[in-house]
Amino acid sequence: MPHIAEAAAAVGLLACAVATPVAAQIADWIPESRTGGKLILTGGVSTLEGSGGGGLATWAVTSGYGERDGIGGNVHATYVNLPDYELRSWGASTSFWDRVEVSVARQEFDTGETGAALGLGAGFTFTQDIVGVKVKLIGDAVYDQDTWMPQVAVGVQHKANDQGAIIAAVGGRDDEGTEYYVAATKLFLAESLLVSGAVRFTDANQTGLLGFGGDLNDDLEPQFEGSVGYLLNRNLAIGAEYRTKPDNLGFAGEDDWFDVFAAWAPNRHFSVTAAYVDLGSIATFEDQRGLYLSLQVGF
Amino acid sequence: MRALLIAAVFIAAPAPLLAQEAEDDLSLPPIVMSTEFPGEVEVEPYQRSNANAGATPFEGTEMWETFGGAEGVSAIVETFVERIVADPRIAEIFMAQDQVRLRRTLKEQFGYILGGPVAYSGRDMRSSHADLGIQSADMGALVENLQIAMSEHGVPFRAQNRLLAKLAPMRRDVVTR
Repeated sequence: MPHIAEAAAAVGLLACAVATPVAAQIADWIPESRTGGKLILTGGVSTLEGSGGGGLATWAVTSGYGERDGIGGNVHATYVNLPDYELRSWGASTSFWDRVEVSVARQEFDTGETGAALGLGAGFTFTQDIVGVKVKLIGDAVYDQDTWMPQVAVGVQHKANDQGAIIAAVGGRDDEGTEYYVAATKLFLAESLLVSGAVRFTDANQTGLLGFGGDLNDDLEPQFEGSVGYLLNRNLAIGAEYRTKPDNLGFAGEDDWFDVFAAWAPNRHFSVTAAYVDLGSIATFEDQRGLYLSLQVGF
Repeated sequence: MRALLIAAVFIAAPAPLLAQEAEDDLSLPPIVMSTEFPGEVEVEPYQRSNANAGATPFEGTEMWETFGGAEGVSAIVETFVERIVADPRIAEIFMAQDQVRLRRTLKEQFGYILGGPVAYSGRDMRSSHADLGIQSADMGALVENLQIAMSEHGVPFRAQNRLLAKLAPMRRDVVTR
C-alpha cells in the first residue's frame, strides 16, 4: 500500500507539473479557454468508455474543469480485476466551453487463463477503440438549484473491436457499432446528492467487448444507465451505479452491471476512483465481481 | 481602508480644476462618502428591499444558529473577502470595489438568507454585479473561497451546501460575460 500511495502522489505531482504549462499553451490557441472554472468533482470522472460520468454510467456533464469560458481535459487509466478476466481502459477527453466533449478510449478485455478454457488461447485479448462526442443541450447540473431542470446532453460513441472473426464465430453480427445516448444529470446541492440517468440506444454485447448484435437480436435497443452520488466533502464522493445491457448472443447470457464507488479528488488535476463492480456473467463465466481502480489526471 | 478613501476624496476633488485645460471628459466624478455608513463610499440611490438579496430565506433559525449567528457569519464573511482579494484568479475584480461596503452587505445578505434577524440593505444581484465583468470560472472561484471560509469556521459540509444551493442560481445575474 505505501508504494501505491507514493505512486499516486508522484502521478499527482507529475500531473500538476505537466498540466499547467500544457493548459497555458492551449489557452493561446483557443479563444475563451480559461481552465479550472468548475468546482472540484463536478466534471465527474472518466467512464470506462472515456466520456465524463461515473465509472460505468455516462453523465450529462462535460469532463474536465473548463467552464463556459474555458476548456478542460484529462487522461485516464482504469483497471478492473475480475475473477476470470481483466479489463483495462485508458483514454483522453477534452471539453470546450462546457458545451462539447470529445473523447477517445482504448479498452482491453484480457481473457487471461480463461482464454484457454474458452478455446481462444491463454491471454487472448479483445481490444476495442471508442471515439465519443457529447453535446450539452440545456441546464446546468450544479448552478440551477432553483429548478428541477437537470443538465441534459446527447452523445454518440463509435466503437471498433479488433476481433471480428471471433465475434462472428460466437454469433455476433458486427465488430463495429455506433451508440446514441441522452443523459440527464442533476446535483441536488441542498441534499449533497447527485443523480444521473441516461438512455443509450445500443446493440453492443458487453458494451462492445464481444461485438455488436447477435443471433437473438440485431437492433439498437434503449438501455438505461444511472448513478447516485453523495458528496461527503469537497473532495470525496461515494455512490452507486446501475447499467442495463442487451442480451443478443445465444451462446452466453449477459447481465446488468452494478457498482458502488468512491471518488477522491484532492485538487483539479488528479482523482482516484475505486469501486466494487458486479459485471455478472461474461461469456458463460458467472459472477464477475471485483475491484475497479481508475486514475485520472488533467485540468 | 478608510484613510485611503478619504485620501482619494482629496485627490479627486481638485481633478476637475486641472482637467479644464485638457478635456472635461477625463475628469472623474468626485467620490462622496456615505453619511449613513461611515467608511463606505456613497452609491447611486436605489430601492431597498430584502428581495434584493436574491434568495428566499430559510425558515426558522436553525441555519442561522448552525452558522454561528451574527458572530459566525461575520467571521465567515471576513475570511471570505480576505481570500477573494488575495486570490490571483479573481482579486482584480474586487480590489477596486468598496470592501467596507462589500463586507457589510455580504454579512447582511448571508444573515438574511440564513434566517437571521437581519435585513438586507444592498442592491440586487444584477445591478451590483453589472459592471464587474465576472465570468463563470470567476463564480467557481468565489464559491470555492466561500466553501473554504465556511469550513474554516466550522460549518458542517451539508449546511454549507444548503446555503450554496440558495446562492447558486444567482450566477445568472452575477456572470455577465
